[in-house]
Amino acid sequence: MPASLPSLHVPVNPLTAGQLPRFTQPALLVVSVVIIAALSSLVGLGHPATIAAGGALLFLVASFLLSAEVEGVRRAKDRLAAHLVTGAFLLALTPLVSLAWETLSKGLARFDFRFFAHSMRNVIGEGGGAAHAIWGTLIITGMATLFSVPIGLLSAIYLVEYGGRHRLASAIRFFVDVMTGIPSIVAGLFAYTLFSLFLGPGTKVGVAGAVALTILMIPTVVRSTEEMLRLVPGELREASYALGVPKWRTILRVVLPTSLAGIITGVVLAIARIIGETAPLLVTAGITSSLNANPFSEPMATLPVFVYYQYVTPGIPQDPYIARAWAGALTLILIVMLLNLVGRLIAWKFAPKPGR
Amino acid sequence: MSKRIEIKDLDIYYGKFHAVSGVNMTIQPRSVTAFIGSSGCGKSTVLRSINRMHEVIDGAYSTGAVLLDGVDLYGPGVDPVRVRRQVGMVFQRPNPFPTMSIRENVLAGVRLNNAKVSKSHADEIVERSLQAANLWKEVKDRLERPGSGLSGGQQQRLCIARAIAIAPDVVLMDEPCSALDPISTLAIEDLIHQLKEDYTVVIVTHNMQQAARVSDQTAFFNLRAQGEPGQLVEVASTEKIFHNPDQKATEDYITGRFG
Repeated sequence: MPASLPSLHVPVNPLTAGQLPRFTQPALLVVSVVIIAALSSLVGLGHPATIAAGGALLFLVASFLLSAEVEGVRRAKDRLAAHLVTGAFLLALTPLVSLAWETLSKGLARFDFRFFAHSMRNVIGEGGGAAHAIWGTLIITGMATLFSVPIGLLSAIYLVEYGGRHRLASAIRFFVDVMTGIPSIVAGLFAYTLFSLFLGPGTKVGVAGAVALTILMIPTVVRSTEEMLRLVPGELREASYALGVPKWRTILRVVLPTSLAGIITGVVLAIARIIGETAPLLVTAGITSSLNANPFSEPMATLPVFVYYQYVTPGIPQDPYIARAWAGALTLILIVMLLNLVGRLIAWKFAPKPGR
Repeated sequence: MSKRIEIKDLDIYYGKFHAVSGVNMTIQPRSVTAFIGSSGCGKSTVLRSINRMHEVIDGAYSTGAVLLDGVDLYGPGVDPVRVRRQVGMVFQRPNPFPTMSIRENVLAGVRLNNAKVSKSHADEIVERSLQAANLWKEVKDRLERPGSGLSGGQQQRLCIARAIAIAPDVVLMDEPCSALDPISTLAIEDLIHQLKEDYTVVIVTHNMQQAARVSDQTAFFNLRAQGEPGQLVEVASTEKIFHNPDQKATEDYITGRFG
């Protein structure tokens, strides 16, 4: 009889493990920070950064120990890894947010109509604008893009479609890698020397700046385009060959359209990379206070160089100069953001359409 | 439209690697020939040599001759691009061009070869090719949609439509059904039966029932030994190969007593 009695004992599921309630982690974090804050105020060290770092460290240790006790070591390790990853992300985000905030708050003061409509011609002290520098940046970057995209694109096509393991291809690949590492000032000095040889010493013209930027941009364009072309499946090339399409037309009509979105993204990233270059433009394009839309004669102002000069050679009073520098920096960031958006839009438009 | 293929003393090499040796066979026009044999025995290589697609791989070359109605595809000065316009090919995995719509995919062979076609002529090519590929009814209302949106079996039929849109003499198929489900496979097999009325069809397959179902003639390829080049063991009518082969190796392979 006793055997047939319903057991009062609830069968234990052998697959369960202890689990911390959801609120434990945030609570633990708050407690850790409070403890560290209290301790440091006792010692007399109260910088928010040290409190945050100490609190985070205490939280890591406490959370690991608590979780190991309740949930087991595997779960505890999992939590530790998750916290470390989140921490690294927040750490990486901090300078970015701080930079954006700083530039916005200080740049907005002079981010007005006058800033975009006027140059610095005959301006001392208040007023003035960066119209000449914005035009200069757009013209020089545009020219650099015009120079480097055909060269980079064709080089990448050679490397992927024709070079194979040929010695010339390996050599080009090697030198492109070397070019990636060229310090920008060296590129600037090269362009400066080149134009000095042809147009006389001390020549500062916009096109020289474009040449310097081209040298910096080519390797980025080559590498990114090469990657994108390699992603095109060989099956598509074969399908095209099997239709009796010659190789060059296969590249032009099948390979390039398939990878166009990626190539455009790569070019936009390359532009974003060089648009903020200061040193090479300082030595090649120089600075001027008036609008010069002719890249073939006379110095040309650019945004980074404009920002640099406003900051290092302020007049008296300083404030309008510093404010102009921040507004210039903000403009530069916005131009890069706009470029990225446009690039994404174009890439999205050209991307192979997904199914159905 | 349809042409006779003669392969004479064909040897194919990939660099130093001797892939296939001494292939001799004749393929009649308006017939289906199946290549069977274990993996790596060179049947795909022989198939690709019929439209010189094996040359896409660096270092590949061949000796011997492949004649298309008596014209040597490997004669001096022969342009592989011209060969491929006469000998179409369908691959193992469906590979429609992802940037193109269904309509553009069918017209790819015509358009990429820069032929100028009027809209009405293009419409006609699209409809005729898709009809011939048994796909017209399924896609006629969405010709402007991307080709990659179709199912695997439909994509493969789209690739067949693309191959026959340029009106080749021969259609080569390299395991066209191995990535497809049984129903799509059936659709393709029906299609092969129809294609044979207009084209010379050569198909590589790992599926022996498929070879028996679709082909008039079967060629069995084998490796003499590991590391040796592949060779053609026997070629005869499908009936004979499956019921009364001359070679013991063929019988062993067909009955599954292989290796």
